Amino acid sequence: MSAVSLLGALKPGQGRGWVIAVPYLWFFIFFLVPFAVVLKISMSTAEVAIPPYAPLFTVTDDGTVNLALHFGNFAYIFSDPQYILAYLSSLHYAAGTAIITLLIGYPVAYGIATSKPNIRPMLLMLVIMPFWTSFLIRVYAWIGILKQNGLINNFLMSLGVISEPLNILNNQFAIYVGMVYAYLPFMILPLYSNLEKMDHSLLEAASDLGAKPFRAFLSVTLPLSLPGIIAGSMLVFIPAVGEYIIPTLLGGADTLTIGTVLWNEFFSNRDWPVASTVAVALIVLLVGPLMLLQHYQGKEGEKA
Amino acid sequence: MLMASNDRFQPWADLSAEPQLRIENVVKTFDDFTAVDDVSLDIYRGEFFSLLGGSGCGKTTLLRMLAGFLAPNSGRIFIHNEDIVPLAPYERPVNMMFQSYALFPHMSVEKNIGFGLQRDGVAKDEIADRVAKVLDLVQLSQFASRRPQQLSGGQRQRVALARSLVKRPKILLLDEPLSALDKKLREATQFELVNIQQQVGITFIMVTHDQEEAMTMSSRIAVMDKGKLVQLGTPSEIYEFPQNKFVAGFIGSVNMFEGPLVDSEVDHASIDCHEFGGPILIGRSVSHGLGHPTNVAIRPEKIRLAKREQPLDLPNKTVGHLKDMAYLGNSLVYHVVLESGKVLKITAPNLGAHPENEFFRDEPVQIGWNANACVVVES
Amino acid sequence: MSGLSKFLQGRGFLRLMMILAMVFLYAPIISIVVYSFNESQLVTVWSHFSTKWYGALLEDEQILRAAKISLEVAVMSATGSLVVGTLAGYVLTRFKRFPGRTLFSGMVMAPLVMPEIIMGISMLLLFVGMEQLFGWPKRDIQTIVIAHITFSTAFVSVVVQSRLQGIDVSVEEAAMDLGARPVAVFFLITLPLMIPALVSGWLLAFSLSLDDLVITAFVSGPGSTTLPMVIFSKVRLGLNPEINALATFVILVVGTLSGIGAFKGAFKQIGPKEAPADDTATAIAATQ
Repeated sequence: MSAVSLLGALKPGQGRGWVIAVPYLWFFIFFLVPFAVVLKISMSTAEVAIPPYAPLFTVTDDGTVNLALHFGNFAYIFSDPQYILAYLSSLHYAAGTAIITLLIGYPVAYGIATSKPNIRPMLLMLVIMPFWTSFLIRVYAWIGILKQNGLINNFLMSLGVISEPLNILNNQFAIYVGMVYAYLPFMILPLYSNLEKMDHSLLEAASDLGAKPFRAFLSVTLPLSLPGIIAGSMLVFIPAVGEYIIPTLLGGADTLTIGTVLWNEFFSNRDWPVASTVAVALIVLLVGPLMLLQHYQGKEGEKA
Repeated sequence: MLMASNDRFQPWADLSAEPQLRIENVVKTFDDFTAVDDVSLDIYRGEFFSLLGGSGCGKTTLLRMLAGFLAPNSGRIFIHNEDIVPLAPYERPVNMMFQSYALFPHMSVEKNIGFGLQRDGVAKDEIADRVAKVLDLVQLSQFASRRPQQLSGGQRQRVALARSLVKRPKILLLDEPLSALDKKLREATQFELVNIQQQVGITFIMVTHDQEEAMTMSSRIAVMDKGKLVQLGTPSEIYEFPQNKFVAGFIGSVNMFEGPLVDSEVDHASIDCHEFGGPILIGRSVSHGLGHPTNVAIRPEKIRLAKREQPLDLPNKTVGHLKDMAYLGNSLVYHVVLESGKVLKITAPNLGAHPENEFFRDEPVQIGWNANACVVVES
Repeated sequence: MSGLSKFLQGRGFLRLMMILAMVFLYAPIISIVVYSFNESQLVTVWSHFSTKWYGALLEDEQILRAAKISLEVAVMSATGSLVVGTLAGYVLTRFKRFPGRTLFSGMVMAPLVMPEIIMGISMLLLFVGMEQLFGWPKRDIQTIVIAHITFSTAFVSVVVQSRLQGIDVSVEEAAMDLGARPVAVFFLITLPLMIPALVSGWLLAFSLSLDDLVITAFVSGPGSTTLPMVIFSKVRLGLNPEINALATFVILVVGTLSGIGAFKGAFKQIGPKEAPADDTATAIAATQ
């Protein structure tokens, strides 16, 4: 154990400092500082150069440092209807997904939470297993299911239910299907976690006082599961706003979401400053929901 | 009272003796809550010492400071004149037996016990030897290669004890060692623990909220309340001469009377008590001045209960009615209402049925006690 | 209507929802696997059973090269996030108070919800800036690994926290009381007791890295194309039977690894405390 005794030579206080410092530094440099960089670039202008943006600080011949902050990008994205539409569209998809996953996820979470304790882990595993296989591949799979000669259309046509294939790919419907599919576990698991920890004696008390099961559900279970509902909704909403893969693969060529706009600005237009501006605006948009999540996560944490 | 009954063991009574552990004006606060409030005490080598009190009284905080997991805000702790406060837990000649036993789940019983010796760099065969000896002491030799999960609660407790003894610490700290055991096992283990302590000769400092346990096992008890040391003494001192109402009520049951001091002599005193219905005679001198409101405590087992018509030759005597009685098997508990309305609790051993001690509810009775049986107590 | 409302309130409704949800969840995966054995080029129009696409896969240079790079990246990033994530998880569980704890907690947990596109663009801009200032890093495997470690750590730390909360602190205190210095306590007591979480954390980070597209697309360079990037560029053009074969393979490998990892990590409890810490964050970790 010589390595151990070597490290053991550190004084107790020092050791603790290092243990905190390593992850702290990592995250500070690779997570926090990047946001500052994005902000900085959003205030620059595009140039045909490597990298494709004008530097903010320039030093002239006589040694003075000029700082050029260009706020035009912000004005640009707020004035151009395309960007505003993209934001609204993303919010629309994210909110819609949150609601649908809640409607589907709540009964599923409740069902698992109230099933026999010994089959609960297994049911949970069954819900979680698909989500360990590739996200990209599962979204791709929906192309095969939803396209004109895909699984659903072939199936329905062979049964004679429809005579012409349904147009369920490359449109809003497909995006919703993909989003709900992808984000369902983000809703189910926090809800399950909340419902499973619920004190069942409260329901027994309600029943003892004369409340019918559904009434007890409405007045006891539902309000108590509110933190779980909000946590799950935020866990779906926040990443869904910036989703790129699903709208691109399932939404068709003219899909307008913030994710696709950002990607295109960056890779197709090579306009890094505008892309950064879009990113900054998105981050600002998400601050509110993030704080809401932080608040409700804290509440759930107290229960643990 | 295995230790206390050995009257010769009284190191604290020897004025020239040096304490092994000295706690000097220790204070511990958490934000604005004072957990330990200026506590000072001396503990002598070989004692079985208890810190007794209700939850939140600061006893566990004090114990953890002795172990080194907490540092006092002010004050010092000495072991044989060496200040141990700057020492980390792994540097102190002190070992602890945890309430949850804290056995290492991924190690066998042998490895658990040998862990501390390994850390000290002791040679392998010596470790094996000492582990075997201590397993023998706690009678768990055949469980050496088992894992903690495979043992019962009582067995785990003995492994925890063995583990903390094998390093031969100067002082062993025990954090509510018997709280997780059921009643029968607890009683048997109390005697076992005291026996082991006498065998190994190590100073034991135990934290408990169970006053019976403290009384049974300890050489001395420190009663704590709200962070302060309320009384320090042997079990009999604390029981017979509680220093205040809190201690009187905390240890066992007590009946309290209050009244102004009306007589104060060298060998006796008395108070005038309205609730009692007359004067109460106390068999020793009292330091208060005349007229000073004084509390007198009388323990339930020291009061005689008799039928009204029986002759009762006791200095403190009064009449009442029997309100309640309970049969506990080995003893009986009576509640007697005095004429003033005050309810007294009286206990009596079960001496078998006899017309003299067969009472009925609402029966008029008389009660009485000796002047030496009651004790003056501060507020 | 009373029959309907009774049904809605009963066990039957819940059972139906769970079954429908399972069908919904597994249908796409099953369809991928089934069609990977379809001889026809038109993936979803069944002709007959064939394993030819698996053969084609093994000869596709582009895919094999990308797979090699992806595996290299995944191993390195999983190991890196295990180290950083274990430290972060330990800090968040055992050190309740230190200056900057709120910021630390926020930074470590944020990648769990932050849209990938934001993380991708921000990290790339950082790397570009750093390259300009210091000449390092170049955009290749290094930058991908750094980026992957940054977002995987959050998941590893959640798994570690969950496990650590189930380990009684007094076991660590007992070790110190018996003479072990803090570092020895960590390596001799804490770490061995955390092994299931470490294994499942590594596997989790591994599969996250293997599967990542958006962040990788931003931070990779010309010579470091990963498997998801290749898959994405192919499927943008439509269905591709080779991709189905690849997908089936990935599903089997990643699914098995993660399945073992989760089974060992999430549901095995040892130590004095019994209850698993089953809070929201653990739930998120389990979904990825």
